[in-house]
Amino acid sequence: MNRVRRTFFTQAAAGVAILSLAPGFRLVELAVGKSDDEPVSPSVRWGMLVDTSKCAQGCTACVEACNEEHGLYGFGRAESDAQWIRKMELRDEQTGKTHSLPMLCQHCADPPCVDVCPTGASFVRDDGIVLVDKHICIGCRYCMLACPYKARSFIHEELNNQRPHAPRGKGTVESCTFCVHRVDKDLTPACVEACSAAGHGALIFGDLNDQRDPVAQKLRDLPSTQVRDDLKLNTAVRYYGI
Amino acid sequence: MSSTACSRLIACLILTLFIWLEQAGAQISGNSRAAELEQCVEPTALMRKSHMDFLKHQRDLTVHQGIRTRKHSLLECIACHAEKAANGEFIAINAQGQFCQGCHAAVAVSMDCFQCHAARPEPSAMLTNHISITTADLDSAR
Ligand code: HEC
Ligand code: HEC
Ligand code: HEC
Repeated sequence: MNRVRRTFFTQAAAGVAILSLAPGFRLVELAVGKSDDEPVSPSVRWGMLVDTSKCAQGCTACVEACNEEHGLYGFGRAESDAQWIRKMELRDEQTGKTHSLPMLCQHCADPPCVDVCPTGASFVRDDGIVLVDKHICIGCRYCMLACPYKARSFIHEELNNQRPHAPRGKGTVESCTFCVHRVDKDLTPACVEACSAAGHGALIFGDLNDQRDPVAQKLRDLPSTQVRDDLKLNTAVRYYGI
Repeated sequence: MSSTACSRLIACLILTLFIWLEQAGAQISGNSRAAELEQCVEPTALMRKSHMDFLKHQRDLTVHQGIRTRKHSLLECIACHAEKAANGEFIAINAQGQFCQGCHAAVAVSMDCFQCHAARPEPSAMLTNHISITTADLDSAR
């Protein structure tokens, strides 16, 4: 056995000894999810880093996963069909450099949709997720006009066959929820899962406030951009490479 | 009519409503999980009277605070009360004569919940992370 491994084992043994010396006491708080009866905590802020250098042109795995997860389907009218995440292909006219990226609700800390909502249906949950409470939404669509990212959809038609965990219906506005029903159960959003399953890993999701979280670490190390940062909305979705 | 007569009449009407409800009380029949169980998530009389309050309270807790306890969750009512047809497929709980609709029709309640909420549970193959409630869960929730 070589020297390095031996040192490792000694340290590991010491670690075990320390841990067992003080039962019930943890040096490092483990990152465990909240239990079902706990409200979400304002100490968390969910966010996403889109690494556009890894986002493949023509790939729509994230979009398809989102549609499947929430049972989104269209009526053959691209202009008004519900869309929570969409792919955009950008090209710099001068250099010809192209970028592919997903656009979705940016989960702003100061969201214009919430500012203009007359009923309080649009709100920021304590953990930073911007949501529509469809029980309160009256379908006025002010929020859709206010959103600089065109991230929201209005449901014009009666719907059928909704997924049980994703209630949706005519006359209300909806948008990306960061898969709140999954996040509350300690899972990542469907688009993030699909992007890594497709082998790209362009979407990283996590707690922006937790310095040990991969997303927070990446954002600290890489130069990232907020789309329309001139509006100072403090978005929770950040882009790298554009 | 004097005001005492009037309030007696109203009291009588309210009493008959309860008797009526008692009769309307959907017989839990057919092939649902509820049909095999003894009790609801709360005592039956309380459920009859207050299920809408539980649901609306739970709705706000879930949507605004991310509290996802199962006891008063609409998903769970449907998972337990939905009946299966002979072909093994779930029947929509708001279909004619089914659990929620049957009683609501009798007491003239119309509700819009199922414009958005799925009226049947997903076939278990499609259930990703939603594990249905068991009586053991209910006992521990008490
Ligand atoms: C316009 C669409 C819409 C209508 C109509 C609607 N809901 Fe909801 N409801 C939602 C959405 C969206 C959620 C959030 C789902 C989530 O985050 O998991 C929700 C969540 C809930 C929840 C928490 C999740 C659960 O299953 O326990 C309850 C309870 C609930 N609604 C009850 C009701 C009741 C009762 C009615 C009728 C009086 C109703 N809703 C009508 C869209 C709707
Ligand atoms: C685990 C299964 C289960 C779940 C979950 C459940 N129920 Fe029940 N429910 C039952 C059973 C069993 C009965 C019959 C109790 C009895 O016979 O006294 C019942 C009875 C009722 C009754 C009274 C019916 C009558 O005959 O008058 C109502 C109303 C009701 N449930 C509504 C609901 C609602 C609303 C929810 C969701 C918040 C719900 N139930 C969730 C099993 C369930
Ligand atoms: C035993 C009869 C009975 C059964 C079974 C029943 N309900 Fe009800 N429900 C009522 C009555 C009566 C009211 C109206 C009470 C009132 O107006 O105060 C009501 C009202 C409601 C409301 C409030 C409607 C609104 O828009 O304000 C909701 C939501 C509701 N029921 C959900 C359910 C669901 C879901 C089920 C099936 C799981 C169910 N109920 C089964 C009797 C019943």
